[in-house]
Order: sequence, then C-alpha cells, then structure tokens
Amino acid sequence: MNGVNRFFSIFSRQRDQKPISAQEAKERLRGVLFSDRIALSPDQMAEMRNEIIAVISKYVNVDPDKVALNLEQRSLDNWLVADVPLLRIEDHPRFNTGEEADS
Amino acid sequence: MGGRVITITSGKGGVGKTTTTANLSAAVANMGKRVVCIDADIGLRNLDLIMGLEQRIRKDLVDLVERNAPLEEVLIQHRLQPNLFLIPASQSRDKSAVSPQQMITLCNQLREQFEMIFVDCPAGIERGFRNAVAPADEVIIVTNPEVSAVRDADRVIGILQAEKRKLPIRLVLNRVRPEMVRRGEMLSPDDIVDILGKEIRMIGVVPEDENIIIAGNRGAPNADSKAGQAYRDIARRLNGEDVPINMDNKPGLFNRIAKLFGN
Repeated sequence: MNGVNRFFSIFSRQRDQKPISAQEAKERLRGVLFSDRIALSPDQMAEMRNEIIAVISKYVNVDPDKVALNLEQRSLDNWLVADVPLLRIEDHPRFNTGEEADS
Repeated sequence: MGGRVITITSGKGGVGKTTTTANLSAAVANMGKRVVCIDADIGLRNLDLIMGLEQRIRKDLVDLVERNAPLEEVLIQHRLQPNLFLIPASQSRDKSAVSPQQMITLCNQLREQFEMIFVDCPAGIERGFRNAVAPADEVIIVTNPEVSAVRDADRVIGILQAEKRKLPIRLVLNRVRPEMVRRGEMLSPDDIVDILGKEIRMIGVVPEDENIIIAGNRGAPNADSKAGQAYRDIARRLNGEDVPINMDNKPGLFNRIAKLFGN
C-alpha cells in the first residue's frame, strides 16, 4: 500500500483496494502455482535461479538480489520470464584482468 | 453434431460441482432446452439427491454402458421440469467400470436427443476425471475463492491445456462472500482471473447463499435466490447471451449512494 492509499484508507476502509489477507493469498498462490506449473520444488527453483545468475554473470554484472523469475501465461503457453537487473559493466571482472583489453 | 457436452469439474472436492450441475442444468432446462445430466461420480452418487430424484433410480450409468439397460430405462425425467433428465451414477461400482471411450460413445448418442449434456465430474484428476472429460466439448471449472481450491483449479487447467484438443475452459467462482471481498479478506473474481491467467474466462460468480443448502435439502434446485439468479445468468451466458457479471464486490457509485440511504 502506498502512502496515498494509506492516507485515504484512514477515512474509508471500504475503498481500500489493497486487500489484507486476500493480498497474501494472491502472493502465496503465485508462488505455489509457479512451482506447480513447472513441476519444480522450491529447492530446484532456487538452484535454477542461481545457475541462471551464474551464467549471465560470466558476461555482465547482475544484481542477484533483484533477479526475478516469473511464469507468465501467453495464449495457452507458459513462459519463463527472467528480469535481470544489470549493474555497471565497468565493474565486471573481465575489465579488471587486463587480458580482454588487449585482445 | 447436435447437443453440446459440458463437463463440470474442479480438481478439489466440496467446491460445489454437483450443486452447480444441478442448478445450472435446471436453469438451462427452464429456458426451454432439453437437458440431460450425467453423474460421473461412480461409487459416490449425489447428483440424484440434489436434484430430488433419488427415489426414482432403477438403472444407472454402468448398466447403460454395459448394455444391461437401454437409455429409456436409465433416464429419469424430472417431474417439475420435463425438459430435465438425469443419468445417475452407480453406487455399488467404482470408476474403472466405465472407460473414456464408453463415455464418448454414450454422449454421441445423447447429442441426438438433447441440446445440452452436463457431465458432473468426480473430484480428483484420476480415472473418473478422464472419463468425465473425454466426451466434453467444453469444460466448466468450479472453484472457490480459497487458496486450495484455486491451486487445484490451476492444476486441472494445466492438465486440460496439455491435451491435444484445446477445450474451451470457463470458470465458475462459487461461494463468494462479497462483504469479505470488500474488506480485502477474500480473493476477488479479478484476483482469481489474474492468478489463473487471462485465457481463462469467468462465466459466473455465485454468492454464498444459504438458499442453496435449503434447495439441496428439498431436492429442488433453481431456487429463487441470489445464487439461483447467478446460475440463471450463467445459463444465459452458456446460451451466448451477453449478461454482465455482477460480482457485487466493487460497488459502483450508484450502489454506494444507495447504501447511504440504507438500501
């Protein structure tokens, strides 16, 4: 709930569009349906996430805490969609070794 | 090809499949269509009871597919609604007594006589589910605004979408308590569509209504009640009519003003 909504909700709880336990239900369902749909356990999903981060990190700097894997339904197909925020590329190890700079 | 075969399923038990089958079929029959319901929950017969026909069962679905009885002997015509018929489940056998192919053959025969054929599916995703879905042209998934029911609905959707033939899937959200949705303590119809994916069309939102239990007690579906109205609306939507879904979860300005005047 953002500040403005919270402000108005003081006056009208009824108009508060951000549900309380319903919001929690929605978030929990998103998590469990993701895991159900791709038939991976939470541990396997964490492993896949870490491996994806590791592969991408070989080439660019990623912000691992903000990497988000989501399952999206497009038409009748499921899509695994990864949001991978990048950090400054200049900080990547490939710029520090000096070897790549020569080649 | 004649009548439409609509299978009513849910994954989870106890969400209101049988109640939906009974009330929806009665509503469609009231629109003047010839309708038959098949209780595919072999071993756990219940649709007969909700429809008020339990005293009149002589032969059942298994007798029919095993050719121990002709269709005329198995079909039970509703006294109050002559357009409405039931093929009851067998109570003494189990789901393996019927095969998916037998269900397809039976429904093809029924299509010639009936405009709509509802198949009440057992809970679960095993044999009984496959039997019930095999003859379907369309599927209605019944769910409740509860995490377990939504999860199971998603599982059923996944199984159906993995099939080669892409059956149209529509959702009935049952047992909605609008005041809880307004308080944010119950998933709203929009939330459910959001979670399950936009491909899944909502065909009806049925409020929690004690009249449904009373109607079940009496074996007289299609009660004159809020839930009964919701089922009649679903029947019209199945018929292709454009009836807006009254979710009653986000009161419009008019309703809010009406509320101020104690309406």
